[in-house]
Amino acid sequence: MAEANADIIRRDGAERHFGAASMDIIRLDGAEKHFGAVRALAGVDFHVAAGECVGLVGHNGAGKSTLMHMVAGTLMPDSGRIAVRGGIEEHYSVPRALELGIRCVFQELSLCPNLSVAENTRINHASLSGFGWRRRAAELIAAKLDEIFPDHSISADDIAGALSIGRRQMVEVARAFTVTQDPLELVILDEPTSSLDAHTAGQLLAFVRRFVASGKSCILISHLLGEVLGNADRIVVMRDGKIVASDAAKAFDRDRLVTAMGGAEAREKITAEIAKREAGPLRVRARPARQDDGKELVAHAGEIIGLAGLAGHGQTDLLLAIFAAASRAKTGIEVTAPVALVAGDRQSDGIFPQWSIVQNIGIRSLARLRNGLLISPQREAELATFWREKIGIRTPDMNNNIFSLSGGNQQKALFARALGSDAKIVLMDDPMRGVDIGTKLEVYDLVREEARNGRTFLWYTTETEELDNCDHIHVFKNGRIVANLRRDELTEEKIIQSSFGDAA
Amino acid sequence: MLRSLLPALSLVLVLLAIAWLNPRAISYFGFSLMLNLAIPIALATIAQMFVIAGNELDLSIGTFVGFVGCVTATWLKDAPLIGVLILLGSIGVYALLGALIHLRNLPSIVVTLGMSFVWQGLAILVLPKPGGKAPDWLLSLMAFKPPLVPFPIIAALLIAAVVHFGLMRTSYGVILRGSGGNAAALERAGWSLLRTKIVLFALAGLFGVLSGMALIGITTSADANIGNGYTLLSIAGVILGGGEFVGGRVSPIGAVLGALTLALAASPLLTFMHIPPDWQVAANGAILIIVLAARVLISRRER
Amino acid sequence: MASLRLLLAKPWVWSFIGAGLVWLATVAFTGGYGGGGMITAALSLAVFTVIVGVGQMFVITLGPGNVDLSLPANIGLASAVAMKVMDGNDAMIVVGLLAALACGMAIGAANYLLIRALRIPPIIATLSASFIIQSIDISYGRGLQIKPPPGFADFTNWQVFGIPVLAILTVVFTIGAAIALQRMIYGRSVLAIGQNIRAAWLAGVNVGRTRFLTYTLSGALGGLDGALLAGYFRGANVDIGNEYLLASIAVVVIGGTSVAGGKANVPGVWGAALFLVLLLTMLNTFGVSAGVRLVLTGLIIVGVITAAGGQKALR
Repeated sequence: MAEANADIIRRDGAERHFGAASMDIIRLDGAEKHFGAVRALAGVDFHVAAGECVGLVGHNGAGKSTLMHMVAGTLMPDSGRIAVRGGIEEHYSVPRALELGIRCVFQELSLCPNLSVAENTRINHASLSGFGWRRRAAELIAAKLDEIFPDHSISADDIAGALSIGRRQMVEVARAFTVTQDPLELVILDEPTSSLDAHTAGQLLAFVRRFVASGKSCILISHLLGEVLGNADRIVVMRDGKIVASDAAKAFDRDRLVTAMGGAEAREKITAEIAKREAGPLRVRARPARQDDGKELVAHAGEIIGLAGLAGHGQTDLLLAIFAAASRAKTGIEVTAPVALVAGDRQSDGIFPQWSIVQNIGIRSLARLRNGLLISPQREAELATFWREKIGIRTPDMNNNIFSLSGGNQQKALFARALGSDAKIVLMDDPMRGVDIGTKLEVYDLVREEARNGRTFLWYTTETEELDNCDHIHVFKNGRIVANLRRDELTEEKIIQSSFGDAA
Repeated sequence: MLRSLLPALSLVLVLLAIAWLNPRAISYFGFSLMLNLAIPIALATIAQMFVIAGNELDLSIGTFVGFVGCVTATWLKDAPLIGVLILLGSIGVYALLGALIHLRNLPSIVVTLGMSFVWQGLAILVLPKPGGKAPDWLLSLMAFKPPLVPFPIIAALLIAAVVHFGLMRTSYGVILRGSGGNAAALERAGWSLLRTKIVLFALAGLFGVLSGMALIGITTSADANIGNGYTLLSIAGVILGGGEFVGGRVSPIGAVLGALTLALAASPLLTFMHIPPDWQVAANGAILIIVLAARVLISRRER
Repeated sequence: MASLRLLLAKPWVWSFIGAGLVWLATVAFTGGYGGGGMITAALSLAVFTVIVGVGQMFVITLGPGNVDLSLPANIGLASAVAMKVMDGNDAMIVVGLLAALACGMAIGAANYLLIRALRIPPIIATLSASFIIQSIDISYGRGLQIKPPPGFADFTNWQVFGIPVLAILTVVFTIGAAIALQRMIYGRSVLAIGQNIRAAWLAGVNVGRTRFLTYTLSGALGGLDGALLAGYFRGANVDIGNEYLLASIAVVVIGGTSVAGGKANVPGVWGAALFLVLLLTMLNTFGVSAGVRLVLTGLIIVGVITAAGGQKALR
């Protein structure tokens, strides 16, 4: 082991270290992490050199975020080790990472919404205290905002919670690059442009290039492959908790990245199976709230309708509006049959953590499971057992707590909840994020089978190959439907083109 | 914008109502009388505000104020050193509660509910029967009659200014409020959430002590139940002052305004204004509901 | 053995064990004298805490922020309403009980209306409501010295073989509540909302109706409790419900219901209520002063929640 890591020199105060210039800013060896039954990282070796921008790509749930949490010190690996600038870190932590100049802009916004922009800057700098700290904090963040986004219109006194999501992201990014007493060596940018328009995103990426050119380092995580291909020096591809490719950015093109990220085999399998069918009666007719050109989403019985586009461009909002319209009339939305929803964010939208698998499946169908006034445990168990067989939930006992299941099987339980109900319309809110490919293929089959039996599916997905299952695809941008593609017209380029408008 | 003015607006409305019902109340003497209890209520409200700033709730502040009152009317007068030590110790207990709540991830509402029994019990042990006497220095302090502006108003301004500076303007005040706004972000930036919670609770204890002392300085003698109403009043004061239960959104100035509004609404002077004493408690509830309704209307308009 | 271990894993068992231990300690102190009478008295008093405790339990189970602070005011007003309607007349007992129930339900419904219309945390809504109810009660019950009808007073104190009939009825009621919680759509909905209100909505649970029913139920139980208390203590007064704010929350917590919501425990409410009443009896028997009694009660609540620990949060 010691031989293999010869480049890692144990360093303490007295020892000098050699070749610091060529040394990695950070290096992880054999990093592993489990969350309950889910293996998030399976022995990953990862490093970033000084003056390097590393692009990190992979599907949702591939382990990118977990890996970055380790680099930032918010998560400790179950096994494996971390070295910064050649020195092994036995007790790596957030304060230690900050001390070493490693910072992270997380995907979930980490501003305090009740504080001003300047005050949020203060939080990241212990030295911004004492007399005149407010002025210094305001100047610091204003200068950095000016540097990165020259035409921003954000005041240091603005309350973070009152800013638009795009501006919050700008503040957060700018804040990560402010320097007081701690050094700044490496900044992790996790989807930094997800809420920025093309213009500001361009400003940010140009700044990142300047930053890297000055000898600092950057890790860039993005779903927009073009962004990564155009700005990273080296690209690391992750899949199922492992690094499957790592090479100079020049060595990649879009096809090679997509292949490395996986999912291609699913595509071929699906394409073979698509068959024409007659449209049934109307099930859903819906117009997004911000739609102004008469485009609308129409779904008939037996159809699978895809909702595509960049994450957070109004797809989920429309699904939720349709869901709400099923129980209470709403203008612009017509729903003619019972609706069920399969959540994508399992923890916040789907799982009941105190309950067993059986209870989690039964909740949508309680009225049917009654015997007189009382819910029949026997019928509830029968429903669960039926779907355990049909959808393949892997567990020794359906009465176990829902969290005893792996992530993919939890997701299957949520599918069972929806498919086991009386719903004729099933809304899917990007439900396959973070699910392994095996589970995905099983569920795709099931969805198509259910559609043949007359069910309607509205399927929002951020993974383009899943759209191959759909009859019609609506591409969303800024809360509006911007394109309506038939299955046979579908190409990844078309979706990207519509998602970005002219920017792509 | 309108929303941040709401606390001041509701105070002005209550004042206008009083002026309309009884113009003579708007005088030096009238205010001194009406705002008689404003100082202890404002201090208790500030104490509650610190707890709420950290996304917790203190259901024991009322009985704590009562306990402090009993100690003030007995030990602090008879054996000042021991009295001071007891009061300092009780602030220490508050700090420990903050630590306990953070470390064990406990619901503050239940912990402080339990503590409300404890403080009440201790108050009865200190002073089994109503009585005792406030220390003379405290009596003369609370009886202070400055020229032109009644003392309660000056004291309220002072409390609001000091706490506003400490919580809203200092660099550590930012951290304290941030712990209520986004605790995870604060932790990621390397701050100790244990420390922020301890500080917030200790500050609540400190202002609870000040409230209890001020109360006894006004009433001159104590009773184990004297502070019981303060738990609900303090929560109402914070909310009236524009504070929110979660998210670290609190305002010291608003809290003091809210406390003044409640003090006016509950003041004995209402009796002379043809509002029967029976309905004085309801006045508090009604003000609370009206202000909250106004808040909903405003935020709906602003959206 | 295995079944014993299974039993000990139930959170509510501990409150009964605690109650048993306290009882034993008291009996040991008195040399075995009065052990039976103590249980009778404990059952009689525990009933009142259990009734409101069950209502509070359903409310707390709705999840963080849900708590009914209007119970004491509600109890006070309903006791006055019941006594006034009954007017010392045995023939009016049922009407009076219904009036108290209706009064409580109206308060509960008003609470939910405030929560819904003002979109404020229930704790503030029920708090503001309680201010107003209190005033109504003071005004309505002014100088009210009406005694309960003799038949009603006798009924609330009626015992069969040393067991209060009211306790038996309350046991039946709590069994019903436990069944409703686990086996009825209403109970499942409460549990689902308490675990995750958004997930519950997306799983098709009628969130609005469930919350409305829960606050109305809590109010109704408060109203019923007020009437029964006025019968038991032979008269209504404004302060009759005061101790039930803290007691109702305490029995829910000690009984093993999760303050984070989504996990409720009906038997535990009984165990905890008996525990608290017997604790008071024990401390009285030991000749402990009121102050020490309160301090110990408080420390026990803090101790129990610290031991249970690790769960967030009622707000």
